[in-house]
Amino acid sequence: MSVTFSAMQAPLPPIEDRGGPSQPLLIARGLRKEFRLADGLFGGRTVVHAVDDLSLTVNKGETVGIVGESGCGKSTAARLIAGITPADDGEVVFDGESFWTPRTRIDAERRRAIQMVFQDSASSLNPRMTLTETLAFGPRAHGVPTAVARTYARDLLAAVGLPPSRFAERYPIQLSGGQRQRVNIARALAIRPRLLILDEPVSALDKSVEAQVLNLLVALREELSLSYVFISHDLNVVRYIADRVVVMYLGQVVEEATSAQIFAAPRHPYTRALFASKPSLDPRRRIEAPPLTGDPPDPVNPPSGCRFRTRCPIAEAVCAAAKPPLAAAAPEGEGHKVACWAAQPGSGHSLAPRPMGALQ
Amino acid sequence: MNALARIISEGSGAAPSPMLSIAGLNVAYRGGAGWTPVVRGVDLALAPGRSLVLLGESGSGKSVTLRAIIGLLREEGARVDGEVRVGGRDVNAMAPDELLKLRGNEVGFIFQEPMTALDPVFRIGDQIAETIVQHRGTSWRQAMATARELFDLVQIPSAERRLKAYPNELSGGLRQRAMIAMAMSCDPRLLLADEPTTALDATVQIQVLLLLREIQKERGTAMVFVTHDLGVAAEIADEVAVMYAGRIVEQGDAAQVLLNPSHPYTHALTGCVVQGSYRDHRLGELAGAPPDLAQLPPGCSFAPRCARRQEDCRLTDPARRPVAPRHDVACLHAADLPAGTAGGR
Repeated sequence: MSVTFSAMQAPLPPIEDRGGPSQPLLIARGLRKEFRLADGLFGGRTVVHAVDDLSLTVNKGETVGIVGESGCGKSTAARLIAGITPADDGEVVFDGESFWTPRTRIDAERRRAIQMVFQDSASSLNPRMTLTETLAFGPRAHGVPTAVARTYARDLLAAVGLPPSRFAERYPIQLSGGQRQRVNIARALAIRPRLLILDEPVSALDKSVEAQVLNLLVALREELSLSYVFISHDLNVVRYIADRVVVMYLGQVVEEATSAQIFAAPRHPYTRALFASKPSLDPRRRIEAPPLTGDPPDPVNPPSGCRFRTRCPIAEAVCAAAKPPLAAAAPEGEGHKVACWAAQPGSGHSLAPRPMGALQ
Repeated sequence: MNALARIISEGSGAAPSPMLSIAGLNVAYRGGAGWTPVVRGVDLALAPGRSLVLLGESGSGKSVTLRAIIGLLREEGARVDGEVRVGGRDVNAMAPDELLKLRGNEVGFIFQEPMTALDPVFRIGDQIAETIVQHRGTSWRQAMATARELFDLVQIPSAERRLKAYPNELSGGLRQRAMIAMAMSCDPRLLLADEPTTALDATVQIQVLLLLREIQKERGTAMVFVTHDLGVAAEIADEVAVMYAGRIVEQGDAAQVLLNPSHPYTHALTGCVVQGSYRDHRLGELAGAPPDLAQLPPGCSFAPRCARRQEDCRLTDPARRPVAPRHDVACLHAADLPAGTAGGR
């Protein structure tokens, strides 16, 4: 890389840190989003609870990974946090200040702080704009003069490994998938955000290109003191890049822990099954039985109580009766939370740990 | 080149005549300035009941090779040379009506995206029954009964109800199972699968891979499976053939190729596998990009990106040669590679 971000003359000022190092960069509380589908034949309403009571904290310099299967609400969660999709309920606090609530809008200056990179690198770029125009667009919208923004755009290209002499005047269709994703990352960084939300940024890439883009993201985070929310269905990718991991199932968080904790000792039966489904890479040690059977249930009619119970190997009566809260997992204590009755002391599940201080 | 094919099929201890044999397959498409080669001299042999994974990145020629097996390429305007034999019969010499009998009857095909392969306006059961009536000439009632059995084979719950469903009414995992049921409807001896699990979630992907393994075991079906994912290859392959720029650069037993790769390209691919945490190491990278097939570099096509490139690599296009029993590599310097360095650590 010939140009680095720190050596670059950025036309937009950095967003100042207000809360200090111990203030989390992002706190999302109680996010909720329902999508109403077409009304049924007899006037019945069909509602998908895409995200149900999601809370999330991202510390400064941290990467939080969100994992889950298609339809679990992880992309909706990302769009809610960024304020692209308006939430039904909840709030987001950014560096100690309200970023949005269901009743407030985000002003242009503050919106700069959170940017997104999407999975489909082609459809998220304007096919009729050259790369220079694409990268200059954001800064210009924030008042940077065109000539300055265009020079800056060339520096940005260089910083993500695309020499401007060859790439500046190209159109998105003239790039490979990996190159397009580099442009998307450069575009998100052009207006100097502090938090990047990456929604499956490497899922559509070839494996050798995936490694290049992940290395680039790790380097950029260091250099620009960024924080990431990284969404992926690929556990190896999340394990590599994330400091903390949130596991979602049908719109709800089922487990949350540091990357080291969760990969060493997953507590929720769904997390365990997900991890056990990961191909081994060793033909001599293959998976012999499917860790889970069937597909995730229809989110329009989620099961009562714990939403995972219909596929759970340890489900009991209590699981159908009530939704388990996301609470500290007993042995690990701090930081490792799980929403499973089998991990809640005194829940009535036969595998639950005995309540603290119980006499018998 | 058939010598190679013979060695592979004999080595696996299976029947002497391979289910599938490909010799000197060349495929070219008409590009801006003449013909662009996309498959360049592929040789393969597969014994009955065995599974072969074609592993490679986009544009390496793996899907084209797969489609050549059922003679789909000429219809697309491609130029095809070489020999493709399924059960001993040359596919390239078949008349159009013979090809129609081959496809779906002797050879089943599973596509990556079932929504584009299934017809959205017909019920799934009807689509499967139609295939059976077409190829086997049975009554509709009999065909539907077979379809019902097939749904049991691919473990679709509530089979009666699902046979009457339209494709859009099923989840991704069930649709892929339905496609496998359709591919198996005439009990083919060879199954071709083009990235059938790439669009599926992790928990569903492993179910489909296990299902394919089970079907193979139960029915003795041979399978060619295309993927770019080394983990998927490790779960399904007996043998692996690694493709780069239209050529097989390494081929052998799955464990041998994946755990002890000999070609620098395979070696680099295993190094790109994402594992561990960023705190401990940076990921291995494969510098550069695959070559433009219209303007291939002289000598070895991988040489411009190869970390172990030497003078002669730019001059000589390496032929495939054995480095171990049932393990061939197309690299001039394969034997010089340090052993046991796989895994990208």
